[in-house]
Formats: sequence, C-alpha cells, structure tokens
Amino acid sequence: MYPDDLRYSSEHEWARLEDVGSVEVGITHYAQDTLGDVVFVELPEVGSEVGQFDKFGEIESVKAVSDLYSPVSGTVTEVNDKLEQSPELVNADPYGEGWMMKVALDDPSELESLMDSETYTGTLE
Amino acid sequence: MNNRTPLYETHVASGARMVPFGGWDMPVQYTNGIIHEVRHARSDVGIFDVSHMARMEFSGRDAGRFLDTVLSVRASRLEHGQARYHVICDENGGIIDDAIVYDLETDRYLLIVNAGNADTVRAWLSSQMNRFCESGDVDIDRKDTTDDIAMIAVQGPSAVAMVDSLTDGEASKIDRFHAGEVTIDGERILASRTGYTGEDGFEIMFDSSHSAEIWRLLVDSGATECGLGARDVLRLEAGLMLHGSDMTVENNPYEAGLRWTVRPNRPEYIAGEALRNIRDTGTPRRIAGLAMLSRGIARHGHTILSDDQEVGVVTSGTFSPMLNQAIAMGYIDIAHADIGNAVQVNVRGRMVDAEVVKLPFYRRED
Repeated sequence: MYPDDLRYSSEHEWARLEDVGSVEVGITHYAQDTLGDVVFVELPEVGSEVGQFDKFGEIESVKAVSDLYSPVSGTVTEVNDKLEQSPELVNADPYGEGWMMKVALDDPSELESLMDSETYTGTLE
Repeated sequence: MNNRTPLYETHVASGARMVPFGGWDMPVQYTNGIIHEVRHARSDVGIFDVSHMARMEFSGRDAGRFLDTVLSVRASRLEHGQARYHVICDENGGIIDDAIVYDLETDRYLLIVNAGNADTVRAWLSSQMNRFCESGDVDIDRKDTTDDIAMIAVQGPSAVAMVDSLTDGEASKIDRFHAGEVTIDGERILASRTGYTGEDGFEIMFDSSHSAEIWRLLVDSGATECGLGARDVLRLEAGLMLHGSDMTVENNPYEAGLRWTVRPNRPEYIAGEALRNIRDTGTPRRIAGLAMLSRGIARHGHTILSDDQEVGVVTSGTFSPMLNQAIAMGYIDIAHADIGNAVQVNVRGRMVDAEVVKLPFYRRED
C-alpha cells in the first residue's frame, strides 16, 4: 500500500526520487481511497514553480474536492496529461500510472523532511 | 450517538464506509465505489437501505380529512394502494419537507418523510393535529413505525424482474406509484413501486427483524449494494429534488419546479391561500438544470453568474457517470433561466462555463 522507495507528506502526497535532482509526485493510496472515485485532476503548467507544502493543483471526486500540496519545491518539468482523459488512474494505480507531476528539485534535502513508509503508515492509524 | 438502521451490521460487514446523515449512521459507499454503484443501478439492479426515512401511519375516520388540510394533495381522494408524491408546506407556502403519502386501506394512511426533517415534520403535524381536533369529535390516531419497519429500495432496469422472481410474480402486478402486499421468503412485505433514482423498481417495507436476510437474498439474486453517494448521483441525474439542499422552508413549490404536486384551490388546505398568491404573482427565480461545459463540479452554494452579474445559486452538483459530465441544479433569476442560456459558475474562484438544460438530465428508456 505504501512502497518503501517513496517519501510521504502529512498531506498524503508522495515523492519518488527519479534521478538526482528530480522527483515524481502523486497522492497516496490512503488519499485516493478517502476521496473515492476521482473525476477531475487540475495540474500546474509545465515550467511553473511550486513551493514545498504549497498548493499545486486540485483533485475532485464525485463526493468532494481537495487541494493538492507539493511535497517539494522546484520547477514542474512534466505533468501527467493522461489524467485529463482518465482521472480514474489515480484510484487504480496511485503510485504508477496515476502519477501527477515531475519536479526539478530546488533543494534535494527537502526530501529528508518527508516521512518514510513506516512513519507515514503510523500516522494513518 | 446517531441512530442505526437494522441493516447497520450488514453494511459494516460488506465493507461500507459509514457516515452521519440526518441523525443516522448510513453507508455512503461500499468497496467498489460510487461510480460502480451508479452504473449497476442504471444497467441492472441496485439496492439501498432507506430505513432511516421516517414513516408514520394515520388511522381513523378523520385521518384522510386531516391529511387533506396539511398535504399539498388530497389524500382522501386516493384509491386504496395508491401513492402520491407531494410537499408539506407551512402557512406561507414554504416547503417543510417533500413526502409520499399512501392510502393503505379504508381510513389508514402511510406518510414517508426525509430522515433529517423527521422531528420538524412530527412537531408541525402535531401542532396541526391539535388544531384540527379542536373542532370537536374527531377520530384520528398517529403511530410512528420508523423503528419497527425496515425499508429497502430495489432500483434499476432489472429490479421489477428480480422482485418478481422472489414473489412468484406478484410484484409486477403493482402499478407505478402504487403499493401492495407481497410475500418474500415467507415474510409479508409492502412493495411500493416508487423510488428516488429515475429507474423502475420498488421500495419494500417489512418487519425490521428480517432485514438482514432479505438484504442477503437480494444480493444473492445479483443486486449491487449502493450507498448514499450513489443515491445522490442517481437522484440528481434524474432531476429529483433533495430537501435541505435544493429546497428549504425558504422556498415554495412553484420556484422549486413542484407545481405539479400542488392542489391549492381547496378551502380546507392551510397553505392554499399563500400558494394561490405565489402562483398568481409568479416567482422571480426558479430551479434549473446546469450542464458544466468544462472541468470542475459546481457544488451547493456556488454562485451562478451572467455577464459578471450574480443571477443565481447552485443547490446541488455532482459528476454524472451516465453523461460523463458535471451537472448541477440551482435557482436562477427567471430572465436567465431559459433552456440553452449560457451562464458561468464560480467554482472556488474559477469561472466555469455552463448551460441551462432541461431536467431531468437522464431519463430511462421504457
């Protein structure tokens, strides 16, 4: 449910270090399960700047809407365009095809301020 | 603590997510999610625990005559087994609740109202009944059966066939907006050909001690368990109003699109004069359907605009799996409420284009 190779925020986003200085970002299993069926995902423009724990987009399910908070600071280098047509990928595969954006890190040490899988899982209990 | 229906344990065992609703702990969805449940109710059969809805029986020689004074329709003119959707208004024509009244048999009526309004309706009917009884020798008795009777909605294109197969073909003899007694698994059941989804089907009522077995029987027959989340999507697609969201006591049945439920030209009806005045004057706004033209769901309370001017407010909104589009209902100034009119909705600061469309959004094929 919560892969060991990811870092987690208290807002239920994850970050995966792809190569030095760049991470992929999405929401956790817990977040997608709590939201229920996702029907819209609003993502930032490629090239825009995001701040750590600042809003980078919105996610809307049949039931409710939530803000998305970036787990890291940096520049958005890519967004998952597939979510426009297939937002349900966030429910089906939150750590894979349901990824949201890639960010070139301003400060790689920010990853240290995020939780590992075990700590994050502990916050859910 | 919230009330629990007799099916509470059954829902939990099925993996339902329970939420508080109208003073009750109710399933909002089961494990496969709202869209899955909606699709099954639209293509096959969905079942819904609606035991939280408040049920009261009125009996006695004057029961029908009393109901005529407080309901927007003439209950005393119903035939046995007939059901009518209507509204319960205060003296000003404000909608206290919407409800269904049944003529069960001579001098015995059943009234079903929303869970969240149950206490308000009970208090209102008590005060009206006291006034009615002041006129002297009156024979009328009221009994609340909410806790004794379970109620399950069985809805969808295959719902009638499913209930038919469990009742030896008795159920399909019941016409739309009628109710009759049938037997399922040896239990006597009141089957009402009504619902809140836009699909054909029944709402079945029976002694609450049998609820888990009957629920299981329906699931084993192929019905999909559906929660309040799916129920809300289905009723909104079908253009059906939700009291508390789409109408309150601040609204009258004319602006709420419920003119067809109101018989105001009756001297005995306490809201008659107020409603005739509203009807003759006309209302400045009315409920309308909105189809959202780009991403974003309009939700309750969002403002509707035209040329930067506020022209209305959204009362309900959701994503429609059948239309693959966000839909909403709301009150719009008459001048902007024509079908095809272009408006915007302020969705948390973002202007989303929308079009005024005809209700319902979805109509089943007969």
